[in-house]
Amino acid sequence: MQHEETPPSQEPPLLEVRDLQTTFDLTKTLSICAVDGVSFDVHAGQTLAIVGESGSGKSVTSLSIMGLLPKDVGRVSGGSIKLAGREITQLSDAEMREIRGKEIGMIFQEPMTSLNPVHTVGQQIAEMVIRHENLSKSKARTRAIEMLELVGIPEPARRVDNYPHEMSGGMRQRAMIAMALSCEPRILIADEPTTALDVTIQAQMLELMHDLQQKLGMAIIFITHDLGVVAEVADRVVVMYAAQVVETAGVEDIFRNPRMPYTAGLMNSIPRLGSSINKQRLQAIPGTVPALTSLPAGCRFHPRCAFATDICKGAAPQLEKASESHMIRCARWRELDLNERQAS
Amino acid sequence: MTAPLLEVDKLRKYFPIHGGVLQRVVNNVKAVDDISFGINPGEVVGLVGESGSGKTTVGRTILRLEQATGGTVRFGGTDVMGLNAADMRSYRKRMQIIFQDPYASLNPREKVREVLTHPLRLHKIGDPSEHEDRAATLLEKVGLSRDHLARFPHEFSGGQRQRIGIARALAVEPEFIVADEPVSALDVSIQAQVINLLEDLKNDLDLTMLFIAHDLGVVEHICDRVIVMYLGRVMEIASAADLYARPNHPYTKALLSAVPIPEPGRRRKRMVLKGDIPSPINPPSGCVFRTRCPIATADCAKIVPELKPVGDGHTSACIHTT
Repeated sequence: MQHEETPPSQEPPLLEVRDLQTTFDLTKTLSICAVDGVSFDVHAGQTLAIVGESGSGKSVTSLSIMGLLPKDVGRVSGGSIKLAGREITQLSDAEMREIRGKEIGMIFQEPMTSLNPVHTVGQQIAEMVIRHENLSKSKARTRAIEMLELVGIPEPARRVDNYPHEMSGGMRQRAMIAMALSCEPRILIADEPTTALDVTIQAQMLELMHDLQQKLGMAIIFITHDLGVVAEVADRVVVMYAAQVVETAGVEDIFRNPRMPYTAGLMNSIPRLGSSINKQRLQAIPGTVPALTSLPAGCRFHPRCAFATDICKGAAPQLEKASESHMIRCARWRELDLNERQAS
Repeated sequence: MTAPLLEVDKLRKYFPIHGGVLQRVVNNVKAVDDISFGINPGEVVGLVGESGSGKTTVGRTILRLEQATGGTVRFGGTDVMGLNAADMRSYRKRMQIIFQDPYASLNPREKVREVLTHPLRLHKIGDPSEHEDRAATLLEKVGLSRDHLARFPHEFSGGQRQRIGIARALAVEPEFIVADEPVSALDVSIQAQVINLLEDLKNDLDLTMLFIAHDLGVVEHICDRVIVMYLGRVMEIASAADLYARPNHPYTKALLSAVPIPEPGRRRKRMVLKGDIPSPINPPSGCVFRTRCPIATADCAKIVPELKPVGDGHTSACIHTT
């Protein structure tokens, strides 16, 4: 939740995703590319936000990293994912299991569906540390209590024996964070972790994740559609649309100076709480997100774009470097001044 | 001053909990507890609160989709709680609802034509031969076209389905609409389209609206006045401008400060509430918010705070406000 522009790090990135391509085979003859040539880096201690609407490919990207794509249907069909320099797309299930939980922790949107209802929260955390760190049962239980305390659950020694249904939504989400962090992973992937929560509980959760990041120094990949949350947690932002990255930049840069019309459109379409312009008519993006089975030719956003010309219907634009840290996928980015429109 | 179109007075809705072998009522969930407010003709009033605050139940009870436990709801001067089924039908024509989930609120076996002509048949509006034309006009009004009449709900995207839900509510030409989280299930880029549509329709058709939502930015944008609920009770009522500029109740302050603002660097001093919303089965005594309130004192456990005026058309239920 620090907003300093991260200096170009000398250290190699913790996670390096290059030209990732994930394909889903829907039928024998029909496949869709749910993630199409996605690249980004994640550095230790940094938070990367992946923003997009439903169907943009943001969740599939995270499932690809964790090796949790649905068997026989989804597969990484191209590109590479390197964790601390080690290629992980080709690893076996057993090898991936060693990485999940230990190296990469994860939390999901719905704590109720990702916690096992027939085991206590303590058992579930203990199972993780027994598997990855070979602790004894009693030591694992102690660790579970410590973790629950770390995430701010009151009376952790009693709560450790609770079943998920005995906890409130906010507490379950805390328990899930405790479980994800119990083996001190270097990367935490949080897929819409606060979307199902009320705002006052969301505020607690964002605070907690921020504190834990300061304390433990892990990198966070934060997947969300909420631009308010992005502004608050992210150091860098990746905007996805129809399976592709359309813009990526530092958080300050992307909010103050969005260069891709979709990004700018998203920012203009949300009501701004407490702002004098909040009574003005919203600038909606027309149309709907295209289905991955029937993508438009050329730029995938062009049918909805106010700036589209014939160029945009022709060749598909590439992701181009506008500066060292700002990439844009738009054929017209050099000539467009989106800020002017925003201010008007 | 015109008379309010809708007057809610001391509305209560308890859901009984059955237990034991005889399934007796052992307790109640006090979803709505002693709520009063009015809505003037042409006004859009926002009802905000977190899950479990009872905001949806208020909307449903006003329309008698739930039977109230106590209190009255007057619509255009008539107490709708006391109406029999036949009389209620004529009021249903005047009061309609838009539901949150555009996937669950449309019958998957009905074509759009049926969805939109059904209410016309039910309320015997117009000549049956004109129904199809009226349905087509409705679709155009919500930004769809006549061609869509022959399609099934699954052929539409979420935003389009919500447009159909809006067209259905408008079919009987109501004066008053309860919009229950009409945009929360939609993608960000689609939300703005539907909000703009609701605003246009409100102006064109002179609608009065109760807008139920948890997104405070959307509520500020669309509403004239806002009611803040917590655990079945009203905490604060004010004009939208006043509420956001001068929140009075500690809960409203916490709620507003919890909303993440899409401007990096503008990280405000945040008032993070401790703990979770208590269960509405056993709400705290006195002020229901006191268990999470940063300024609670011993008195808060004893006194149930009344809504007191704190400004022009601005009331707040806190014993510590002056």
